Amino acid sequence: MSDVRARNAGRSGQVYLRAKAEGRAALVGYLPVGYPDVPTSLDALRALCGDGDHPGVDLVEVGLPYSDPMMDGPVIQRAGTTALARGVRTRDVFAAVEAVASAGGTAVAMTYWALVDRYGVDAFARDFANAGGAGLITPDLTPDEAEEWFVASEEHDLDRIFLVAPSSTDERIIATTAACRGWVYATAVMGVTGARQQTSSAAPALVERLRRLAPDTLVGVGLGVSDGEQAREVGTFADGVIVGSALVKTLLAAEDAGNPADLAGLRSVVADLAAGVRS
Amino acid sequence: MSDPTQPASTQAAPTEPAGELAGLATTTPDPTGPADPHPGVAGEGSGGDKHGHYGIFGGQFVPEALNAALVQLENEFVAALRDDDFRAELSRLHRDYAGRPSPITPLPRLSEHAGRARLVAKREDLNHTGSHKINNVLGQALLTKRMGKTRVIAETGAGQHGVATATAAALLGLECRVYMGKVDTDRQALNVARMQLLGAEVIAVESGSATLKDAMNEAMRDWVSTVDTTHYLIGTVAGPHPFPLMVKEFQRIISTEARAQLLESHGQLPDAVAACVGGGSNAMGMFADFINDPEVELYGFEAEGDGIDTGRHAASITGGAVGVLHGMRTYVLADEDGQTIESHSISAGLDYPGVGPEHAFLAHTGRGHYEPVTDAEAMEAFGLITRLEGIMPAIESAHGIAGALRLGRRLAEEQPDREPLICICLSGRGDKDVPTALDWFGLTGVPNETVGGF
Repeated sequence: MSDVRARNAGRSGQVYLRAKAEGRAALVGYLPVGYPDVPTSLDALRALCGDGDHPGVDLVEVGLPYSDPMMDGPVIQRAGTTALARGVRTRDVFAAVEAVASAGGTAVAMTYWALVDRYGVDAFARDFANAGGAGLITPDLTPDEAEEWFVASEEHDLDRIFLVAPSSTDERIIATTAACRGWVYATAVMGVTGARQQTSSAAPALVERLRRLAPDTLVGVGLGVSDGEQAREVGTFADGVIVGSALVKTLLAAEDAGNPADLAGLRSVVADLAAGVRS
Repeated sequence: MSDPTQPASTQAAPTEPAGELAGLATTTPDPTGPADPHPGVAGEGSGGDKHGHYGIFGGQFVPEALNAALVQLENEFVAALRDDDFRAELSRLHRDYAGRPSPITPLPRLSEHAGRARLVAKREDLNHTGSHKINNVLGQALLTKRMGKTRVIAETGAGQHGVATATAAALLGLECRVYMGKVDTDRQALNVARMQLLGAEVIAVESGSATLKDAMNEAMRDWVSTVDTTHYLIGTVAGPHPFPLMVKEFQRIISTEARAQLLESHGQLPDAVAACVGGGSNAMGMFADFINDPEVELYGFEAEGDGIDTGRHAASITGGAVGVLHGMRTYVLADEDGQTIESHSISAGLDYPGVGPEHAFLAHTGRGHYEPVTDAEAMEAFGLITRLEGIMPAIESAHGIAGALRLGRRLAEEQPDREPLICICLSGRGDKDVPTALDWFGLTGVPNETVGGF
């Protein structure tokens, strides 16, 4: 059993396993490339990784802004739309994962499929792997439509992180987790991204089903985690805690305050979350 | 463990009924036989597979959270088409509520401007709510009830589909919310009020370009979080499978009726059918029963706006490229990174940067012919048919009329001995477009003269 997990863990799954060895859940942090602008976003992504004195996130999730972000709530929409208006390009994601690697971190990207499809699936996988990226989270690509991505991800040794939802049938959970490499992204609530006051009661139930149906699959839980206490709580039942909007909010707040390059708010939330998964 | 290089076959069980449908679809209808008065079956002659792929087009590029709802919808849709009671109820609503069948009207004076062509119009403008949109919303609203859901949401551009959805929701006692781009709510206040009078809630969408595509994104977001009680009533043959297939079947009645009517009145099939194409629902309805008649040419006319070379257009097939948008692979207007580009058309109903995947497929295979029509050509046709035939079309439909006029003139040069019969889908009426027409033609709304005063 553990052999299967090791074989399918990929580079991003190894990050989860290292956290597990410390007796805790991995912390996964999302920020879009290009917000508030490309250079500052690279600084922010490096800041996510922490430094010698302050632990950061274990895995960085680089978002690629898209014109029609069907799964995103208002916070990530605002950052993404602004980034596009300021000229972010698909190719900037390669610089982003290089920046994370230079800070000693591991990065995956989260991208709507239209962008990869246009770049060319194999070409994107090649350039992304060359930049040091570990894999892709694909919110609107399920295994049903992923034929090219299976081939390209095997060819370029990238992880495939598909999503499961509370509404997924048992059959789809089994098939989707089997198609994943690295880990599976469990969407804890039926809805778009965005920090919520309380974490969803659907999350433990979904993870329980995943444990039963796919015991060898590492599970990251996302959509709704906003602070260290919620991160601690999700970390009691999930292998990874995914945080997005709560981090992006700090950058929006910095811009609204007239200091878009000020990453103090970001570092503070990261510290709280990192302490949360360690408590 | 399954082979990781193979896509997981996760849908075998739930989509089996569609496989059955696809099997049925291989039966070619008798080209001279009586037309089926009911919605037909899937994918005839168009190569749609059971996962909604038309060649490389179509499919389901959606969040996993929506998969269960799409499977449920497909299963209910397939079951409903086989259910005599459902078909009888839909037929009753078509007849007693929508006013079907819609007539075929000869257009002799307009035909004088179309070479040697004989133009006739399929009068979807005479339906209740003023367009073909009612055909689809009645079908999907009945399906909503059948699924035990109590709420519908819809996207709308100009407001025609929103008004039709609000109408069906009022008729069947469903809660209704319509998403509409902020740019469109500002320029279509009358339709916003119509929807509100019908009991619907209208939400203006400010994200992105604040137009139809963003309304569709917002409706999808609503649907992801309310899918247990809510049906997303998509208004065109676009979006993830099974929407393109389902909306085609609910619009098929246009060509089913037209085929029988033309055989009756003219003793022949048309040489060509013509329709405007935005998302493409009226065109797909007009094409559906003729796809397997190779002697009938299928013409779709896209909105060219100011012209393809200006970049200000909505002609996804003529001026776009293959990409992914709103859950489907199709022709889209996108930049070199795949970011969607805003479309432009004088007609809000055609102002969409994508097109239904079966149209993409018909264009790709050559079975369908797709040509662009500019704002100026469409408005010229709008003026002609209004003055010559006393029919004021929607500006959307005027694109189909302009295209048919051009086709008639072209055929007169290429094949001067023929008198081709061309059936245009007159998809909607022009009442909503009077302000736009006033602007375009420079009218003031001031009377020609005033008499009787003292």
